[in-house]
Amino acid sequence: MTTAATATLVPPGDDASANVQLKYRSQAVAKPYFIAAIGLFVGQIIFGLVMGLQYVIGDFLFPEIPFNVARMVHTNLLIVWLLFGFMGAGYYLIPEEAERELHSPKLALVAFWVFLIAGALTIVGYLAVPYATLARLTGNDILPTMGREFLEQPTITKVGIVVVALTFLYNLSLTVLKGRKTTISLVMMLGLWGLAIFFLFSFYNPTNLVLDKYYWWWVVHLWVEGVWELIMGAMLAFVLVKVTGVDREVIEKWLYLIIAMTLITGIIGTGHHYFWIGTPAYWQVWGSVFSALEPVPFFMMTMFAFNMVNRRRRDHPNKAAVLWALGTGVMAFLGAGVWGFLHTLAPVNYLTHGTQITASHGHMAFYGAYAMVVITMISYAMPLLRGREANGNRAQVVEMWSFWLMTVSMVFITLFLTAAGILQVWMQRMGDSPLPFMVAQEKIAFFYWLREAAGVVFFIGLVLYIVSFFVTGKSRAPR
Amino acid sequence: MSASFTKSTARNIFYGGAVFFFLLFLALTFDTTQALPKRDNRANLTEQVARGKNIWETRNCIGCHTLLGEGAYFAPELGNVYQRRGPEFIKAWIKGQPTGAPGRRQMPQFHLNDGELEDLVAFLKYASEIDTNHWPPNIEG
Ligand code: HEM
Ligand code: HEM
Ligand SMILES: [Fe+2]
Repeated sequence: MTTAATATLVPPGDDASANVQLKYRSQAVAKPYFIAAIGLFVGQIIFGLVMGLQYVIGDFLFPEIPFNVARMVHTNLLIVWLLFGFMGAGYYLIPEEAERELHSPKLALVAFWVFLIAGALTIVGYLAVPYATLARLTGNDILPTMGREFLEQPTITKVGIVVVALTFLYNLSLTVLKGRKTTISLVMMLGLWGLAIFFLFSFYNPTNLVLDKYYWWWVVHLWVEGVWELIMGAMLAFVLVKVTGVDREVIEKWLYLIIAMTLITGIIGTGHHYFWIGTPAYWQVWGSVFSALEPVPFFMMTMFAFNMVNRRRRDHPNKAAVLWALGTGVMAFLGAGVWGFLHTLAPVNYLTHGTQITASHGHMAFYGAYAMVVITMISYAMPLLRGREANGNRAQVVEMWSFWLMTVSMVFITLFLTAAGILQVWMQRMGDSPLPFMVAQEKIAFFYWLREAAGVVFFIGLVLYIVSFFVTGKSRAPR
Repeated sequence: MSASFTKSTARNIFYGGAVFFFLLFLALTFDTTQALPKRDNRANLTEQVARGKNIWETRNCIGCHTLLGEGAYFAPELGNVYQRRGPEFIKAWIKGQPTGAPGRRQMPQFHLNDGELEDLVAFLKYASEIDTNHWPPNIEG
């Protein structure tokens, strides 16, 4: 069938036409985006392991890499690699859905390099100079936006992100407008436009701390429990159409219902962050009720994935992609739905707010929903971008091992942090003689060690994932 | 799903639901904005507090600590540190970092001068007087 040797990056416009697997050769611009995503993912995990060690050996790498610096690198790399993944997914699936070439492949490649270089410079800035110096060098005083969780990037980097996002949206929107309009591409575009629009709130940083926090959540919550779910739903639907051959009408009906439930529950669900930050007490009712329903769309996503695979009309040779798609359904529901519900009712959140319970949920939700859906897309598209319908048997087996190692170790990371969190709440926030924060932390160090061990296994899984790209062998699917 | 439930029904639920609940969210936001002056301690938002918030941000304190329960979980809550420790302790603490105690979690030295320390303390005092519906549960944060 196809050759396993076309592993080199094929620039669009040149000999990409040699790749018979691509319906539109401009889809090839997705490839560097996916490669960058995986590279930054590795960086994210290395800094996660550094922090995990700092949790138990407090002076590890101090003062070279203080905890707050490692944390910025860890979380910002996460966001940036997911954005690379979403963009790669957009560049791959929009031409195929629109049934025409991308409006401008060249612009997509320019945007890629701008984004990668700006991202790399920002990370180097975090690591090379004190944060206050970085703020001064980048003119933070002109428009102060730095120093807020997840939004630590210098203001000029934020502007850069907006510019890259606009070129991306321009490119894709024109492609859709000129081509076939499908539900999947429409939902993808709505999600991506929403992503860009809500990011604009990162430029609003009033001195009034309550207002600052109120609108900070318009970026963070309305992203992960709002517009990103549209992107996720569209990506999952696209892959399921391809690997199951189920009628598009059915899949698109599901997609609309899922994202309807997302926005119906998730927008007012923002209220679960407005319990204790100075906002009126009625948010405890609104936030609890609506966010308690937020697991519904995630559960529908699980049902959706399994239903479509069970009703499949074809057996796609890419078994690994199917595994990732099903895994996304399950893990997103566990991480966002179950672990989110765990602490979303105001009386519970009163005790767990800002503890390791929050961290446990943050990890499984981000991994289960967004990391996994990006990997699902990469798993499906990358073999095609490399000129074959699916990877060979051995490569797929290695990829499936990496799936299980990463996913199971993430379950354990979550469980260990949950145990740590329950003990933390018990010792520090309940009873007549609560312990000081640092005293309680020392008493739960055991669970932080276990988390770090699970983190090492996660890293091994990630290395194996990368290895799977280099395993050669016959292009025959595993049974 | 039954065949009578069509894709366009699903689409209408999506658009209708999204628009309705977004408008409801805007209405609640409007009401919150009206209610905030009584709760968010804006009467004490001085120039000094504004400078203090800028110092808080440009040192990335949120990268280790929580403030009103949001941030990182590596170091203690600071929304109520003003009540827990008092202004003099806070200033002495920041000046004394890092402790250098082997194996203990370390906080960087930020080289803040006395004026900057006052600004930062003013910001923490302002933050501690926001009406948080009685959160945190106790003084340990
Ligand atoms: C894929 C979707 C989701 C992702 C990626 C996600 C991620 C996160 C993250 C990273 C935080 C911590 C934010 C911070 O640093 O302050 C957080 C907080 C929170 N999440 Fe989620 N989440 C998701 C879905 C949900 C859902 C569906 C629920 C409810 C059912 C939920 C409930 C909460 C609550 C209550 C908090 C606040 C915790 C606290 O008070 O400290 N999340 N989420
Ligand atoms: C080797 C595995 C990992 C380790 C050891 C690790 C460790 C950590 C640590 C120590 C923190 C800081 C917690 C704090 O503020 O005190 C953190 C934050 C975070 N990490 Fe990881 N991490 C790992 C993998 C991941 C993965 C795979 C993801 C997502 C795909 C992720 C997403 C996050 C997020 C979203 C936060 C912010 C959480 C919040 O604000 O609640 N991490 N991580
Ligand atoms: Fe949320």
